[in-house]
Amino acid sequence: MLSKEEMQEIEVEASRYETRQAAAIDAMRIVQDRRGWVSDEAVLDLAGFLDMSPAELDSVASFYNQIFRRRVGRHVIQVCDSVSCWLMGYEPLRDLLIRMLGAGMGETTADGRFTLLPVVCLGACDRAPVMLIDEDLHTNIDQGQLETILDKYK
Amino acid sequence: METPLTANIKPGRRPPDIKAYRKAGGYRALREAVLKMRPEEVTQTVKDANLKGRGGAGFDAGLKWSFVPMGEEASGPKYVAINADEMEPGTFKDRLLMEGDPHQLIEGAALAAYAIQADVAYIFLRREYHLSARLLRRAIAEAYDSGCLGQGILGSEYSLDMHLHISAGRYMSGEETGMLNAIEGRRANPRAKPPYPQVSGLWGNPTVVNNVETVCNLPHIVNNGADWFRNLSLTAEGGTKIYGASGRVRRPGTWELPMGTPLRELVEEHAGGMQQGYRLRGIIPGGASTEFLTPAHLDVKMDFVSVEAAGSRLGTGTIIVLDDHSCPVGMTLNLEQFFLRESCGWCTPCWGGLQYAVELLTGIEAGAGRMEDLDTLDSLAAMLAPGHTFCALAPGAAEPLGSALRYFREDFERHIRQQRCPWSS
Ligand SMILES: Cc1cc2nc3c(=O)[nH]c(=O)nc-3n(C[C@H](O)[C@H](O)[C@H](O)COP(=O)(O)O)c2cc1C
Ligand code: SF4
Ligand code: FES
Repeated sequence: MLSKEEMQEIEVEASRYETRQAAAIDAMRIVQDRRGWVSDEAVLDLAGFLDMSPAELDSVASFYNQIFRRRVGRHVIQVCDSVSCWLMGYEPLRDLLIRMLGAGMGETTADGRFTLLPVVCLGACDRAPVMLIDEDLHTNIDQGQLETILDKYK
Repeated sequence: METPLTANIKPGRRPPDIKAYRKAGGYRALREAVLKMRPEEVTQTVKDANLKGRGGAGFDAGLKWSFVPMGEEASGPKYVAINADEMEPGTFKDRLLMEGDPHQLIEGAALAAYAIQADVAYIFLRREYHLSARLLRRAIAEAYDSGCLGQGILGSEYSLDMHLHISAGRYMSGEETGMLNAIEGRRANPRAKPPYPQVSGLWGNPTVVNNVETVCNLPHIVNNGADWFRNLSLTAEGGTKIYGASGRVRRPGTWELPMGTPLRELVEEHAGGMQQGYRLRGIIPGGASTEFLTPAHLDVKMDFVSVEAAGSRLGTGTIIVLDDHSCPVGMTLNLEQFFLRESCGWCTPCWGGLQYAVELLTGIEAGAGRMEDLDTLDSLAAMLAPGHTFCALAPGAAEPLGSALRYFREDFERHIRQQRCPWSS
């Protein structure tokens, strides 16, 4: 079930477009911001609310990498794997992260604390290597700082 | 040297709120336009200024607007969509403009909207730009509160609504027609052209898509005139440009400089040259989908026409520097993996071709390559080139691939001869 707040927020978005369907992506973001991910049940509820078929909404959802159709950890780490970060050595950083967390790319740690994902260029290439944890951008990351950075996310 | 785009941007400081922005002359251009200029005059001024689109293709901004039906011909709503998707690897200039001076973007977007008499403007922002989202949301609210957006802007008869649309990822969302689908709540697959968006875009209505940096220039053009704008540049293309550099240079960063600034000046002066112990091997001048240049090209002037004459494209104008400690094959593989992951899969030459190219590059990098693979890669690059696919993603992927095979052939061959990557320890 969509909460009252979720429905209100989605209505505001829907009023900004010519069709209700146009709010589909905003609607999934609104749900994801509150619940962490977009479950099958949420797709059904949202489809009904937006006058779309669930299959249609699901095909939109599955196209976009920032819509999580699987449960994620409490914090999502997105490591830039694009060219400037490659030049500045993101690979050893990624490997160290994987060892520290005991979870590979696309996986969630056993305690549900972190999900690790690759991401396209984060637009901070002059400060590479770069990663995004939840909404925080971490730049010029040095391997020695990783532990302190991760400590902030419980 | 004048730097209109970054005049209000102070590193480490919060961007100006609407009061500070207005105090610095902000929203004067919009007031002037909506109260004293006809929409066609704005378009003509921008045409005269020779403002080339900063999203990568360099299409003339005023010319693009002139395809939009105006006056009696126009029925129904019209739209402006500002492309703030910035996902081209190696590109980090629109972030600077949005985080540094959000009102400049709003005023610029409103001017583009006025020129085509749009009813609604969307700012299409990539999801990962959380700070930009917070700043733009606040700035849009401030602009509404002070009459710079909404009904009867600044006491005129012109009304405009502006909304921030937060995207959900995928490089294809930044392609002009892919973006239209994304705003309509669909998958960001590209649309067939014609009809062009200027005639039939969002929900079948006239729509102009412009890049963030493109429209940030508009307040300054309206305030100071077309001649002033053309004179900012060292070449025929008007204005300044936000250039940038990443890779093993001493001072990676962004700089607002005259359009047409030589590549050498960017690398050696502004970026401070290479880091101690590193030599320059190659330069990608404007994001992942532009061809490699080499140290022999350092005197090229960084504008759209000159970089094209040198065999590449200005693209987004943020350069990526390849040093001699990094493997050119590995770098090319990284780029092609990006394009493969982001391909929407619609056209066989794109998806299939990229999959094959990545497979061959992976083999060569891992020491399992054969000399024939290089010929195959050459033909794959030709297959991905313009004309065989539905959108410009595949041609973009062909650019670094084809040029790497040309300029770094010897490095590819060494991988194959030695059956290992000479750069791996
Ligand atoms: C795959 C692909 C991705 C693109 N991504 C962006 C982008 O993130 N930002 C952008 O401004 N233009 C992007 N473009 C270019 C747009 O299609 C379009 O040309 C541009 O936004 C027009 O703005 P301008 O005329 O002001 O340059 C992309 C093009 C392609 C083919
Ligand atoms: S060129 Fe590639 S990304 Fe573009 S439509 Fe074809 S398959 Fe999709
Ligand atoms: S390549 Fe990593 S931030 Fe751009």
